[in-house]
Parts: sequence; structure tokens; C-alpha cells
Amino acid sequence: MPASTLTALAAGKSPALDTGDTAWLLAATALVLLMTPGLALFYGGMVRTKSVLNMLMMSFVSIALVTVVWLVAGYSLAFGDDAFAGLIGGLAHAGMAGIGPGSVTGTVPTFLFTTFQLTFAIITAALISGSVADRTKFGAWLVFVPVWALLVYVPVAHWVWGPGGWIGQRLGTLDFAGGLVVEIASGASGLALCLVIGPRIGFKKDAMRPHNLPMVLMGAGLLWFGWLGFNGGSAFAANGLAAASLLNTLVAGCTGLLGWLFVEQVRDGHPTTFGAASGAVAGLVAITPACGVVGVVGAAAVGLVAGVVCSYAVAWKFKLNYDDSLDVVGVHFVGGVVGTVLIGLFATKTMTGSSAKEGLFYGGGPGQLGKQLLAVAAVAAYTFLVTYGIGKAIDKLMGLRASAEDEMTGLDQTAHAETAYDHGVLGHGAPLPVPVSGKVAP
Amino acid sequence: MKLITAVVKPYRLDEVKTALQELGVHGLTVTEASGYGRQRGHTEVYRGAEYQVDLVPKVRIEVVVGDDDAEAAMDAIVRAARTGKIGDGKVWAVPVDSVVRVRTGERGPDAV
Repeated sequence: MPASTLTALAAGKSPALDTGDTAWLLAATALVLLMTPGLALFYGGMVRTKSVLNMLMMSFVSIALVTVVWLVAGYSLAFGDDAFAGLIGGLAHAGMAGIGPGSVTGTVPTFLFTTFQLTFAIITAALISGSVADRTKFGAWLVFVPVWALLVYVPVAHWVWGPGGWIGQRLGTLDFAGGLVVEIASGASGLALCLVIGPRIGFKKDAMRPHNLPMVLMGAGLLWFGWLGFNGGSAFAANGLAAASLLNTLVAGCTGLLGWLFVEQVRDGHPTTFGAASGAVAGLVAITPACGVVGVVGAAAVGLVAGVVCSYAVAWKFKLNYDDSLDVVGVHFVGGVVGTVLIGLFATKTMTGSSAKEGLFYGGGPGQLGKQLLAVAAVAAYTFLVTYGIGKAIDKLMGLRASAEDEMTGLDQTAHAETAYDHGVLGHGAPLPVPVSGKVAP
Repeated sequence: MKLITAVVKPYRLDEVKTALQELGVHGLTVTEASGYGRQRGHTEVYRGAEYQVDLVPKVRIEVVVGDDDAEAAMDAIVRAARTGKIGDGKVWAVPVDSVVRVRTGERGPDAV
């Protein structure tokens, strides 16, 4: 978030609405919302045929669940005036109280600001589903998402972006579009939840290769497209900073893709489509906090480092025995850390507008690097611990994990009474002879 | 009568069909199958994790012919399916006691 908006937010001032800024943020909000269906496809292609619908549902239902809690209390707690020591906002705007079409945040309508922020909260919750794919009880996910959004996402968003937040405004850590709030929060939470729920039956023994790589690539493409709004919109203005963020986002996705493919060619002998999709996403993850504070060369470096590092990080789970099924840790946590930390090296005052906010490579000294590292440690520790607690509590109260039989049959059939694909001539099924649920058959 | 069963590479199916039609064999049944022989599958890599895929896709072609046509039909299948590379498959024939055409009730060689 640019300093001018933050200052205006902090001072509670309402500068005049700017129609250009508003037009761009309206478009950017739609772009970010599309990322969650994109993520659903990205994840859906990676799981086996028997649980692909469940994977898609975990993302889609997050849109609905997070929207409700965001409007009820989430927005107010995250972006309302600070209520306590930069840790949490107040409840003055619970249920959107006191906000009307005339309310302005920065230079855009407050309704638009809160909707844009809402789309970030949605995808962050949906991201976690990748670590617990194929085995989570659907009812438990319906409870987890709203609780997690309120107890984990909302405080961290306040720390980093909220008025008076201790990380963004007091400490001075830079996180332009969500390296801490989105990527590290979802990655550390994903690790915590997959540790609570345990590995899939057959982890490291059965072949669990992605069932539909074209779907994965389609999803990655939609994510990339939406990410231009995610990062470009985080300038909260239709200006040069938005344009620079947009270009940096494209560049880092490209160098991430190339970095991952380079490792695969050298290490495994073949550049893969899955590697291309994963590398692009790793680069995009890493540039998220940095897109508005580094130059184009910095963006290229951030993406490349993320592509290379994440291509190794996705193998950690096999050595350390945690079943982060779709690599939320290896891509989002690790990529988020890479991007957030590299700001300490590559931040430049031509982007940040202040020589006090410059990285080591641009003459800024180690100060910014320290602020970045401290924020990474704090957000990772908080999100991991609280998510672990939520997971344990849900497991005690209602059971977090589907039964072994349901898991082996596939959650599509057992949780949703559907199957994604019509396999072969014998798989069509037949209408039941007796109308079900008391309805008259058509 | 003989039942000829051929398990061959999927992309040779069209050639096998054409070769049998040229011989005057007008009906066959095709099933998608998986298996391995000396070929022993192949390796695939996903995000750096290697998977040994030892069951590879094949098609199983089944055709019933008269005793006199069996050798020629098997030769035609073998010629059409052969690529010379490992994994080309197998063809075998077994005797068939009786055949009935469902529509007409014809029995024996007339039903083939």
C-alpha cells in the first residue's frame, strides 16, 4: 500500500474520490476474485480423479464463507481504527456499519476498498486447502475457513496493512501486496493443518500423480491473469506505481518459470509442463510483497530465485514426512519468504519514494532487511501456532479428517454424491426407479 | 473356429483394423487395456518426484475367425502392429467351441 494512502488512512482523512483510481480498482477486484476459481483448477488438476470435485469445492465454498465473515466483522477488525497496540482493529464497522456509498478510503469508495481486500482474504483461505487435499471432512472445512479467517487472516492483515498496524506502520516492514498476509500466512497455516490431519493413506507408497495437467496449466494461467490485478491493484491508484507493479508481476512470473525449468532440465533431464506452471506461480508468489518496491531487475531476480529455490523446496515433504499434498509450503511459504526477505536487498527509493526504505544492494544498509526478517518470523510463528490450535480444536469437536473408507473411495462420491468424469461405457449409471427425496421425477 | 486375441500398441489399432478388413474380417472387439511385458513401463517426473509407471496403455483386439483364416489373420495383425521396438505386444489364438449370432440365432461358422 503506498505511503500516501496509509497516511490518509492513519489520519482518518477522506481525500476526494478519484474516478480513474476507482475504475482501475473495480477492474482489479474482479481480476483477484477470478484467481480463486483459477486456484481451484490449479489444485483440481493435481489431485486424483476421485477427489477433484472436492478440491474445487474447497476453493469455491471459501468465496462464500469468507465473504460472510468479512462483512460481519472481518473488515472492521482488519481495517477499522486500531483498537489495541497495532494488533487488531475495532468493531465500529461490523456489518459495514457507518459505511455508505459516499464513504471514501484513500481515493476510492470504501465499499470498493473492502471488496478488494475481501478477495485477498478469500484466496488466502482457499490456498490452505492444497495442503490437506483428498482427506479433509467437508463439514470440518466449512467450520475451519470462517474461524481461520477471523483468528488468523484478519489480525495479520491489520498488523501489516491496517491503520496503526505494528508491522506495516510501526516497524516499517514492506509488504506491497501480501507476501506476509497472503503467502506466508497460507503457507505456514497449510503446514500446521497438514500436520494436524496427517498424511494421505498411501503417502510415499502409492502413485499420486496429477490427474489432469492441462487443468493445472489453465489454472496457472488464470492465476497469472488475476495476479496482475492483485499486485497492480495494490497501488490503490491508476498510476505509474500500478504500471510498475504490473510489469514486475509479469517479469517475475517469467523468470520463475525459467528458473524452475532450468533446474528440471539439469536435475531430471526434462522440462515439464507441471514445472512451468509451478515455476510461474513461485515467481508470482515471491514478487507479491515486492512488486511495488523493487525495480524491474530486482523483480527478475526475485522471480528467478523463487523458481529455483521452490523447485527444491517441494521435495522437503518427502524427507521430513509431512504430506503437504499440493505444496502450499514449498511454493507459497517458501516463495513468500524469498520475496519478503529479498525486499531487504532490492527495495529502491525510486519505487518506495523514501531513502529510508531501501535495500542493501541499493545503499540502504541492513536496516530494512532486519525489518523484513522480523516480520517474517512473527507472521510465520503466529499463523502456524494459531492454525495448529484451530485444527486441533476442530479435530476434537467434530473430527477434521474423513473416514479411511471415504478417503479411499474418494471424497467426490462420499462427500458430494457426484463423480467428475464418466469413465467408460459402463460408468453412466441409471436413474433410480423410485423418485428420491419425495420429488417427482422429471 | 479360432478366437484370436492381440494386445498391441494403441496407435497401431487403425492399421490392424485396415489389415483385417482387407482380409475380409468384418467384425472385431476392442478393449482398452493396461499391462507390461519385457518393456517394464517407463518413468515420469512430477515436481521432481519420480513415478515408475509399469502398467502402460495397450489395446486388446479380439476377433473370431474360421479355422482356415486364422493363420492369415494372425499374420496380418502382426505385420500391422509391428514397429520393431520393445512393447509391440502379443498375438495368440485359442479354439472356439461354438458361436451364436444374437440377432438371428445362427450357430457355428455361419455366425462368425
